[in-house]
Amino acid sequence: MSNLVSQIEFKNFNFYYGKYHALKGINLGLSKNKVTAFIGPSGCGKSTLLRTINRMYDLYPEQRAEGELLLDGHNILGRDIDLSVLRAKVGMVFQKPTPFPMSIYDNIAFGVRLHESLSKAEMDERVEWALRKSALWDEVKDKLYKSGMSLSGGQQQRLCIARGVAVKPEVLLLDEPTSALDPISTMRIEELIDELKNDFTIVIVTHNMQQAARISDFTAYMYLGELIEFGETDRIFVKPSKKQTEDYITGRFG
Amino acid sequence: MQLHSKRKLVNKIALSLSLGAMLFGLFWLAWILFTVLESGILAFSVDLFTQMTPTVGVQGGGLANAIAGSGLLVAAGALIGSPLGILVGIYLAEYGQSTLLGKLTRYVNDLLLSAPSIVIGLFVYAVVVAKTGQFSGWAGALALALIVIPVVVRTTESMLLLVPNSLREAAYALGAPKRTVILWVTLRAAKAGVVTGILLSVARIAGETAPLLFTALSNQFWSLDMSHPIANLPKVIYEFAMNGDPNLQRLAWAGVLLITLGVLALNIVARVFFRQQHSN
Amino acid sequence: MGVGELNSPLQKGITSKDEKLGRARHDVLDIVFAWLTRSVAFLVLVILAGILVSLCVAAWPSIKEFGLNFLITTEWNPPMQKFGAVVPIYGTLVTSAIALFIAVPVSFGIALFLTELAPVWMRRPLGVAIELLAAIPSIVYGMWGLLVFAPIFADKVQPALTATLGKLPLIGALFQGPAMGIGLLSAGVILAIMIIPFIASVMRDVFAVTPVMVKESAYGLGCTTWEVVWNVVLPHSKAGVVGGVILGLGRALGETMAITFVIGNTNFLSSASLYMPGNSITSALANEFGEASPGLHTSALMELGLLLFVITLIVLMLSKLFLARLAKGEGTKS
Repeated sequence: MSNLVSQIEFKNFNFYYGKYHALKGINLGLSKNKVTAFIGPSGCGKSTLLRTINRMYDLYPEQRAEGELLLDGHNILGRDIDLSVLRAKVGMVFQKPTPFPMSIYDNIAFGVRLHESLSKAEMDERVEWALRKSALWDEVKDKLYKSGMSLSGGQQQRLCIARGVAVKPEVLLLDEPTSALDPISTMRIEELIDELKNDFTIVIVTHNMQQAARISDFTAYMYLGELIEFGETDRIFVKPSKKQTEDYITGRFG
Repeated sequence: MQLHSKRKLVNKIALSLSLGAMLFGLFWLAWILFTVLESGILAFSVDLFTQMTPTVGVQGGGLANAIAGSGLLVAAGALIGSPLGILVGIYLAEYGQSTLLGKLTRYVNDLLLSAPSIVIGLFVYAVVVAKTGQFSGWAGALALALIVIPVVVRTTESMLLLVPNSLREAAYALGAPKRTVILWVTLRAAKAGVVTGILLSVARIAGETAPLLFTALSNQFWSLDMSHPIANLPKVIYEFAMNGDPNLQRLAWAGVLLITLGVLALNIVARVFFRQQHSN
Repeated sequence: MGVGELNSPLQKGITSKDEKLGRARHDVLDIVFAWLTRSVAFLVLVILAGILVSLCVAAWPSIKEFGLNFLITTEWNPPMQKFGAVVPIYGTLVTSAIALFIAVPVSFGIALFLTELAPVWMRRPLGVAIELLAAIPSIVYGMWGLLVFAPIFADKVQPALTATLGKLPLIGALFQGPAMGIGLLSAGVILAIMIIPFIASVMRDVFAVTPVMVKESAYGLGCTTWEVVWNVVLPHSKAGVVGGVILGLGRALGETMAITFVIGNTNFLSSASLYMPGNSITSALANEFGEASPGLHTSALMELGLLLFVITLIVLMLSKLFLARLAKGEGTKS
C-alpha cells in the first residue's frame, strides 16, 4: 500500500454543519486508479466526507471545513480555488439519477461545453466515447436526441455516469449510486465501476456491504463522524483489526 | 335519540346548502357562457376579420383593426413583461431567497398581483402619456406588461423552488457556474410551470380593459403603429356595448365571444400543458 | 505528484484545467447575471413606489385645493370645479359590502363541497369550473350584466325583494324604489359572482391543510361531516378563511369594467335604496378620465385613484397578515 500514490489526502480534516461537528479529525489517503468505498451506519458522515472532495458544501453557507484536503498535493480548501475547474477534475454521481431536462446527447455535451470548446465532430466523438465507457451506447445510439428523462432508472444512472466521465475528470465520486436501482441495473453499474477504475480514481459511498466487498480495493469504515478503520478491502472484510468494524461488517449492528 | 336525529338533520341541511352553493356558482358560469355563445355566434361572420370597425348608423363592418391591435398589444405586453418577471422569479428563488431585498420584493409583488388594474392605467398615463403628450400603443403595452410581471414572478419563483436540489448539485458537480446551472438546468426543469404562468398572464391581459382606456385609447382605422393610439377589442366592446345601435351591439357580442373563447382556451391549454409536462 | 504533473492518457488536451485550478477566476458573467436579476427585482419595488409617487404628484393640485373636504363632501361638479368624493367612495364600499355578503357564504359552501362532499373524481373538474369564473374577463361580465342580467333582475328579482325585504323595518328602505335593473344592488351582485372564485379557492386550500388525522379522530368520535367542518376544520383554518375573505374584498374594491356597465354612473345620491344608480371610484375613473379636462378635474380623478390604491394596499396587507398567521399557526400546532 505504501508504494501507491495518494491522489486525495485528508489531513486532520474537520467538518461542521453550523455548530454540529460532523467529521472529526479525519486522516486518510486515497489511491490513484483504485476504488475506495466509504461504509458505515446512516449518519456516520460518509456522504459528508465524499461531498467535500468536490466542495459541494460550498453551496450551503452554514457548512464549513477545516484542516487540509489535498488533491494531487494541492490544498483545495483554500478560497483561491476555482470551483469550476475543481469540479471538472472531480466528477460526481448522485443517489438518484439526475438527468437534466434535455436530450441524451445534450446531457453529456452540457458538461463538456463548460470546460472545452469542441467542434461538432469532436463533440460527437466525445459523446460516443462517454456513452461507450458507461456501457450505454448500444442502448441509446438510435435515440440520442430523445429526452434523457425517457430512459429507465438504471439507464438514467449510467447516463449520469457518462455525463461525469465525458468531462474526463481524474476522480469520480459515487454517492450510493445504486441505492435507487433494481438488482440487475445495480450489477451493470458495478461492472462499469470495475471498468472505469482503469481511467479514474473512484470513491464510492455505499450502504451495501456486499457491494463494497465486491467492487472496492480499499474500504474506510466510519462511525459517528470518525474514521474507525481504513485498509485494503480484502483485509477489512476478512480480518478487521477493530472490534467495531467487525460488528458492523458481520451485521451485529448498523 | 332525539339529539341524534337533530344532529343528522343539521348535517343534512348544511350539506344541502353546500351543494346549493356549488350549483349557484356553476349556474352563473353556465348562464354567462351560454349567453356569450348564443349572441356571439349569431353575430359571427367572415367580415369580423376583414372589415374595419364601423361608426354609428353604418351597417356591417367588422373588428379587423381591433383584433390586430389587441394581438399586438397583448404580444408586446407579454414580451416586455415575461422576461422581466422570469428574472425576478430567478432572483427570488435562486439568489435572494431570504435576503431583505428578496423578502421585500416578494411581498410587494404579491401586492401588485392584486392591485386594481385601473390604477396601473393611471400610473402609465401619468408617467408616459402625460409626459409625451401622446396616447400610444406602447403606453398600452407597458400597462399590460406591468400586469404580466407579478403573475410571471409568482409562478416562476414557485416553479423553480419545486426543482429538486439534487439536480442543481449535479450541475454544480460538473463545474457549471451559477448562471449556467440556472438558465440551462433549473429553469429548463421548471419550463412547464413557467410557460403555464406566461400563458395565464396572457389570458389575464387579453381581456383587460381598464388600463387601456387611458393609454392605448382606440383607433377607428387599421393601424399597427405602436407609437399612436391603437384599436383594441376590449375598448371597442366597451364603446359598442354601451351604444344603442343594434349593429354595434352585435359586433360587441362577437368581440366578447372572441375574447372569452381566447381566454378560456388559454386557461385550458395552460392547465393541460402543465399536467402533461408534469406527468412524465 | 505535483499539480501540473500528468500521467494518465486521459489528461491530454485538458492540461489547462490543472494550470487554472490554483487561480479562482472571478467569473464576470456570473456576477453580471446575479446583478441583473437583483436589479430587476429592485424594479418591482420601484414600480410600487412609482405608482404611489406619480399618483400623489398628479393628485397634488386637488389635495391642496380641497384637503379633507374631498372625503366628506358629496358635490362632484366638473363645470364648477367642485369635487367631493363621498358618492364614489360610498358606491365602492356599498357594492363591495353587498358582494361580500353574498360571496362569503356561497364560497364557504363551495369550498366545503369541494373538500369534503364531492366524490374525488369530481373535485378537479368542479374546482376548475369555479376557477374559470375568475378567468372570464371583467368586460364580459359587464356586457352580460347590462344587456342580459339587468333586465331580468328588474323584472323578476327586484319586485320580489321589494315585496319581501322591502316590507321589513329598518332594512326595508334599502329595497324600495323603481326597479331599473342597474344600480348599486346589481353591481354588488355581479361583483359577488366575480369574487366567489377567489374566496372559494383560498378557503378550499386552507381547508385542505387540516391534518387528516385530526379530522379522522373527530369522525372517530361519531361527528357528522358538518360537525367536523364546523368544530375542527374551521377553527383550524380561521385565519386563512379571514385572509381569503379580505383578499376577495381587495378584488371587489378594484374591479372596474363590470361595475362601470351596471352601476348607473351618476354622482347624485337621493335615497338610501340600493336600487339607486350610483358611482364607484373605479367607474368614475373609467367614465370620466378620458373626457376630463386637464387641471383640477383630472387631478381630482387622480386623487380618487390614489385613494383606491391606498385602500386596496391596506386591505391586501391585512389579508397577507391573516394568511401568514395561518401558516405560522400550522407550524406550531402540528
